[in-house]
Amino acid sequence: MNLRSPLGYVLGHGSAREGVHHWWHLRTTSAALAVLGVWFLFAVLTLPDLGRAAVVAWLARPLNAVLMVLFVWTAVWHSALGVQVVVEDYVRTKGPRVLVLVLVRFIHVLIGAAALVSVLKLALGGKA
Amino acid sequence: MPPQSRPLSPHLQVYRPMYTMVLSISHRASGVFQSVGLLLLAYWLVAAASGAQAYATAAKVFANPLVKLAIAGWIVAFWYHFFAGIRHLVWDAGFGFEKPVARRSGQLVVVLAALASLFTLALAWRHLGGGA
Repeated sequence: MNLRSPLGYVLGHGSAREGVHHWWHLRTTSAALAVLGVWFLFAVLTLPDLGRAAVVAWLARPLNAVLMVLFVWTAVWHSALGVQVVVEDYVRTKGPRVLVLVLVRFIHVLIGAAALVSVLKLALGGKA
Repeated sequence: MPPQSRPLSPHLQVYRPMYTMVLSISHRASGVFQSVGLLLLAYWLVAAASGAQAYATAAKVFANPLVKLAIAGWIVAFWYHFFAGIRHLVWDAGFGFEKPVARRSGQLVVVLAALASLFTLALAWRHLGGGA
């Protein structure tokens, strides 16, 4: 037997106070990606060829490396925030939802770390 | 207990598809598709950083027709998400909610995305086209 009214359950919790932060970062990363994404697309497509030598030479140039780091960073961030919204909308049960959210975040961090370390290795002259 | 005769909250399937609604779900779909594409991007960069042998293996993966098709799809998804995203930013700024305006901006997004995709795919053809 529970005497709490339905209203009593929801009052006093306040907001999670994270919504605006998430919303705002989704927008700022989208603005950055509107520039970085287009740069990436055309930079790759206008390379002389996509052989390893051409790619390594391309990332050895500091400006390209910097933009590539920013692109990967922002793309992974934007993707993590975006996929999070999709999961929150479509996975209704709380347990699986938390699990999927954490998993999605881990995968994004893994992708970002792998891509960034690779760019930095090529940028900082690791001759492999 | 009386049977639950109250209506459930509506699901996507019960609506007659309107193109503005199809555009909206496409924004999500193209976003998720690009997210999956990040795996390919990371694989490409890791292979380049790992050495000639790893890059040769990756080149074989990227030469697979299905992967090429996925990359072509990624380009289309990119441009759609790009223009639809700008439409969303304009909405966030508080403009363009009127029904006729929203319809026109939706059409504009599709046209611009198609044009940009065609241009970019033409540019990508020497990498993606052919058997190599």
